[in-house]
Amino acid sequence: MNPSTVIFFVLAVLLVLSSLMVVFVRNVVHAAVALVAALLLIAIFFITLQAPMVGVLQVMVYAGAIMVLFLFVIMFLNPMTPERPRRAWWALGTILALLLGALLLPIVSKGELLADPVAATEFFGSPESLAKSLFTEFVLPFEIASIVLLVAIVGGVVLAKRER
Amino acid sequence: MAAFDLLRWIPLIPLLGSAINLFFGRALGKKTAGALACAAVGAPFALACYVFWQLPAAGIFRDTVYTWMDSGAFQVNVSFQIDALSAVMLLIVTGIGFLIHVYSLGYMEHDEDLVRFFVYLNLFIFFMLVLVMGDNLLLLFVGWEGVGLCSYLLVGFWYHDPNNSIAGNKAFIVNRIGDFGFVLGMLLLLTELGRQGVWTLDFLELQKHASMLSPAIISVITLLLFVGATGKSAQIPLFVWLPDAMAGPTPVSALIHAATMVTAGVYMTARLHFLFALAPETLALIAVIGAATAFFAATVAVTQNDIKKVLAYSTVSQLGYMFLALGVGAFSAAIFHVFTHAFFKACLFLGSGSVIHAMGGEQDMRKMGGLKSYMPATYWTYVIATLAISGAPFTAGFFSKDLILWQAFSHGATVLWGIGLFTAGLTAFYMFRQLIMVFHGDCRADAHTKAHLHESPTVMTLPLIVLAIGSIFTGWLGSPEYLWGSRWDRWLEPLFGAAEAHHGSVQTEVTVTLITLGVVAVGIIIAFIKYGRAGAKISASATEGGFFYGLSLNKYYVDEIYDAVIVRPFTACSVFFARFFDPWVIDGAVNGVAATARGFSSIWRGLQTGNVQHYVAGFLLGTLALLAYYLGQT
Amino acid sequence: MVPLNYYLILSAIVFIIGVVGVLIRRNLIIVLMSIELMLNAVNLTFIAFSRFLGSMEGQVVVFFVMAVAAAEAVIGLAIIISVFRHRETLDPQEMQLLKW
Repeated sequence: MNPSTVIFFVLAVLLVLSSLMVVFVRNVVHAAVALVAALLLIAIFFITLQAPMVGVLQVMVYAGAIMVLFLFVIMFLNPMTPERPRRAWWALGTILALLLGALLLPIVSKGELLADPVAATEFFGSPESLAKSLFTEFVLPFEIASIVLLVAIVGGVVLAKRER
Repeated sequence: MAAFDLLRWIPLIPLLGSAINLFFGRALGKKTAGALACAAVGAPFALACYVFWQLPAAGIFRDTVYTWMDSGAFQVNVSFQIDALSAVMLLIVTGIGFLIHVYSLGYMEHDEDLVRFFVYLNLFIFFMLVLVMGDNLLLLFVGWEGVGLCSYLLVGFWYHDPNNSIAGNKAFIVNRIGDFGFVLGMLLLLTELGRQGVWTLDFLELQKHASMLSPAIISVITLLLFVGATGKSAQIPLFVWLPDAMAGPTPVSALIHAATMVTAGVYMTARLHFLFALAPETLALIAVIGAATAFFAATVAVTQNDIKKVLAYSTVSQLGYMFLALGVGAFSAAIFHVFTHAFFKACLFLGSGSVIHAMGGEQDMRKMGGLKSYMPATYWTYVIATLAISGAPFTAGFFSKDLILWQAFSHGATVLWGIGLFTAGLTAFYMFRQLIMVFHGDCRADAHTKAHLHESPTVMTLPLIVLAIGSIFTGWLGSPEYLWGSRWDRWLEPLFGAAEAHHGSVQTEVTVTLITLGVVAVGIIIAFIKYGRAGAKISASATEGGFFYGLSLNKYYVDEIYDAVIVRPFTACSVFFARFFDPWVIDGAVNGVAATARGFSSIWRGLQTGNVQHYVAGFLLGTLALLAYYLGQT
Repeated sequence: MVPLNYYLILSAIVFIIGVVGVLIRRNLIIVLMSIELMLNAVNLTFIAFSRFLGSMEGQVVVFFVMAVAAAEAVIGLAIIISVFRHRETLDPQEMQLLKW
């Protein structure tokens, strides 16, 4: 049992726990905080997987901006009424999820997938390599993504505006 | 076989006449329209004479106008053919048709619908010509149906009186029943021959291949075709329309219901003689029905008081004679009687029309009498025609009717001959009864009618005279061997062969003829005894006279029986279908389908709950299914 | 090294948890957060594969996923605000106007 595996398992357990918290906790704010934790854990995973740039972006964008947005909205709306869960629905949902698991997990557990990764270079996962791909091969999606963000901004403003 | 492009004009000219009068008749005015219509029949008559004159050299003339149906091996053309038989029919249709058109100029002069009358009459001539000149059974049937249509149009000509329309309906519907049999027979013939590889309805082709069929099939086919003939030619059981058809104008009765349309059944049978000759059972049936019809109709005619009804039943009776002839295999004799009957029956009908015209529309013979001094031309032509139909010596009817009776006797159908003999006596009786009641004795009409009694104009009496002359001399074409021989038989020999050679000796033949004459004379004498002297007897009503008188006067209640046995159940059936079956079952089924669809959709729309999480669940289920499928594949 | 399968299994588990959240919870904000959880699980898969195949394309994809997820979160939250203003509720089960 080498240290990387141990670290992996610890992080994995924490990730699963925080995800469960997101889904099953009653208080919305608690759920949001749990989600932040989960996102940070995933960022750590990214970094261990030789993707430092993306990992940092995860922290900045996801955990930093998006979750802040979530919290803003939660505070803004301040929903008071507690939920009234329905037993039947919970049972059905859980069963479906388990079924999904039963089908997915065999696929992903196939042993003969690559066990030995390709040797990682300094270059791999660095901002330069990301930028290189982004501005040559993927320049069109890049531009379109910027338009998507523009539309999202405008749309968000329009939708959330108070009607006069 | 010679091609002869002129043939197509023979039916086309009347069709054109009809069309022109249809569209421009009102503008042309009654006189011009009438003259045009007469010319439209006169021209074909001239052409027919020409064709007739040229025919012996060529044998058969043919004019193929165009290909009507072309389906694989089966081809039907609109194609006209003239052989010995159709040449004779052609002359009858156009010649007598022309005379009747001329007569109608006078008879219908004061009718405001004169133009429409001539449109229909010309149309009728067209269809009758198609019937007679068609070279295949299908084209004959087209003409067959067409004359039925024109009969309907003309019987119901004065449609403002609903009774006339009803009579027209009756004519058409009863005909239709017969036509059903005809169609079945025709189709059976086509398919059975087709089964053997021969797909045709041409008469010449059929004649070549008829013997390919089994006797049983031929019997069925001929039986079905005969059903059609009973409808069109008013035999038992489908004769009931003809007396009612007297509701139409008298020229119509003369042309359609005496001389031409009703003979179509006889013509068809003669045309297909080769087929009928192979079906002895059918021929036997035809002979029996013919004789029975002749007798039956004659017994009804003896009591009728309407001048046209007597002639109507007389026509049915004479048609029975023609079928009797066909049934014993004497095809030439049957057509000969068609020929002579056309002359004297048309003469009788037109004469009665003249009487009705003079009487201002009165048709009841009990109100007539003594007309001979008022209308001599009508009277004398009527006398000649009556002598002819009774079979007085050396008139046309004498030769043709006696020929039929002789053929029946010599072919061994003694019972049928006996019936025919008795009927001849009856015929003489009722015809002379009519003559006496209408023309002899004192005039029983009221003063107003008497004052208006006048002879008909020349345009009406001239055709009468021509027909009367024909009633005498046309018969001379077919005299027996012991007199001066039969040009008629020789003319039709290419078709019917010398098979109609007389069996039996000359003495037997002369004896039979004398017996017939004796019976006829008895009939005439009884008529004079009963009606000649006793003026009072004539105004007798149906109540006196006893049971048989009542039966006869009410035509044996045949119409009432048909009504009870056929029409009422049929109507009840229709009511059932209309009131119950259609709304409940048919509409129910259709609405049921719609209701089922609606039912199913109300079930399935439950899926649209509006709840997004339900939709996600559905989405998930679909994904699971796909995953399971692909997992199962690997 | 940690085998690829472990990452994939982990990712699958997180994804499933996210699905459960979308299905079960009656608070729209939690539902949206569960969706984010699902997206992140997928991101993890991409990065894992990217590492093990030695190709940068996985990371580029994740980059774009993040951008789109941001846009989507914005719009989603705007909609939630708008809905809450009208309905005073964040319960998806209360929003059934499209029912047959």
